[in-house]
Amino acid sequence: MPFTHNLPFLCIFLAMAAAILLSVVRNPRLCWNITFFVASASALMSLIFLSAILCEDSAFAYTMGKFPAPFGNEIKAGPLQALFASCFSLVSVLALLGGKKDLFEDADGKKLGLTCVMLNMVLASLLVLTYTNDVFTAYVFIEISTIAACALVMAKDSGETLVATIRYLFMSLLGSGLFLLSLFILYGITGHLLMPQLSQAVAELLSSGVYHLPLLICAASMAAGLGIKSAMFPFHRWLPDAHGSATTCSSAVLSGLVLKGYAVLMITMFIRIFSLDFIRSSGIGAAIFLFGLLGMIAGSIQAIRETHAKRMLAYSSVAQMGYVFMGIGLCSEAGIAAACYQILAHAFAKPLLFSCVGKLSAAAGHDKQLSALRGSAWSCPLAGIGFAAAALSMIGIPLFAGFNAKLFLASASIESPGTILALSVLGLSSVLNAIYYLPALIALWIPKGAEKHSRAHSTDPAFTAASVLLIAGVLVLGIFSSPIMAIIIRGLQLM
Amino acid sequence: MLETIIENRYTITAVILFTLGFGNLLLHQNLIKKVIAFNIMDASTFLLLATRGFIEGRSAAILTEGGANTGLYVNPIPAGLVLTGIVVSVSVSAFSLALIQRIYRRYGTVDLRELLDAVRKEKV
Repeated sequence: MPFTHNLPFLCIFLAMAAAILLSVVRNPRLCWNITFFVASASALMSLIFLSAILCEDSAFAYTMGKFPAPFGNEIKAGPLQALFASCFSLVSVLALLGGKKDLFEDADGKKLGLTCVMLNMVLASLLVLTYTNDVFTAYVFIEISTIAACALVMAKDSGETLVATIRYLFMSLLGSGLFLLSLFILYGITGHLLMPQLSQAVAELLSSGVYHLPLLICAASMAAGLGIKSAMFPFHRWLPDAHGSATTCSSAVLSGLVLKGYAVLMITMFIRIFSLDFIRSSGIGAAIFLFGLLGMIAGSIQAIRETHAKRMLAYSSVAQMGYVFMGIGLCSEAGIAAACYQILAHAFAKPLLFSCVGKLSAAAGHDKQLSALRGSAWSCPLAGIGFAAAALSMIGIPLFAGFNAKLFLASASIESPGTILALSVLGLSSVLNAIYYLPALIALWIPKGAEKHSRAHSTDPAFTAASVLLIAGVLVLGIFSSPIMAIIIRGLQLM
Repeated sequence: MLETIIENRYTITAVILFTLGFGNLLLHQNLIKKVIAFNIMDASTFLLLATRGFIEGRSAAILTEGGANTGLYVNPIPAGLVLTGIVVSVSVSAFSLALIQRIYRRYGTVDLRELLDAVRKEKV
């Protein structure tokens, strides 16, 4: 076995170990530095692993512990997993950098250390959700990421975040309860927990026609459970409070990454266990597709009505997750590949938006109302440019990441039965995105005339690095779409 | 009909408990009751799983001196899963109770609707 095959495990282990270690470290600055180091190391290792696995052009299962399959635990890594892991670790590094200043202001002393613990936990659980080949491990890490994500919302101590956290927590518990139930039904009828064995057993059951109803319930409650946790349309009410009130870094990680972890797990489950044919023929795909479309519209409409900048971005996340679910709901390889592309595009654009709004509102005295942010881009032009790049990506302007995601979604939907519906909703939602992003963007850049904004108090190299790299990420995803799409498609084939 | 019900009594109980827990978690406004509902929901899934691995007349899979006879034991994997599940559910309950305590200290209520009103007033 080549050494590079150990890298996924090492990334997970490093993040978990750092989380445990940090719970006893007292010095806040040291905590932040260790978290930053761990996330960067994980990003670097994931990128090395990605290039290695692309050369090999294969996927492999990696046994964890001493028991081999079908009893033991394993992770499975291929190009798609490596791509997601690289993206998740890289973005969490950049979110840490971009929100550094706000994090040190919002969470002081001991709390900062605990926040860093939770950031490491979130990274570890995201990596596990991407790599795992064992459904029970997936459940355990869903719960870990739930607790860690809730604690991240709480990092900024105010009444608003406390109440947002409790709502988030209970919605998440509903989701994980459904996931647990479906997992146990699945174990009851197949007797397996590892995905390859499960897939074999499910295929046998489907061809023989027994246990069709339990399998249907199983797949439906799994989709509903993961849907609740990644803010699928009717279950999105908790999201704006949680993501809108948290500190910059938490919002960026939660909106940009945590939501995606569950969507990635859903894709893995559908492809590896249930097979896309079953999801399509059982109607679950159609339901996810419709909820995705509704989310795209409803999220944008609520974002238009919002006057608080961060809550607007949070509602926009609902709409953007709608694109992901639309792609998954198409139940074709092209659709899922487009959903994966959208996951990557949104993972770069949304943290960029949150970091920039955090930076701009700091210049405006931490007022996050859109009206207070008028003209603030002149006080920190880089944040203004970052906001512009990400907003254009969200609207779907060519050369920016979001455009390609929408293009792939549109071309994937042409082969599906709901083409006209899908295309018209895609068009409508792009218009709706433009309705709230463009005015915000123009308002940011309107010169204020008499009372000039004070220029940013001091240079902030962390923010500069983060925003430049995130903008680069958005542009790379916008320009070099075909090699990235090739990796995704190869990854899906090797799933 | 009656026979089917008696045969599947554990599964039926589990389903009823799950529905109760799920409904209450979704609909109740009292945060403490929500935590209780969540625990009922989790307990029902554990019941479902534990009974899946149980075989009438066999003992727990504990290795004693004198070697193991696999014919005598129940399936140990569900027991292991239930144990892990209980650990997860205990930690989530602990976290949510601690959070509710904090909320109560700040606002003096555990009713979600009143809390949302209080937060709205605080903002204005």
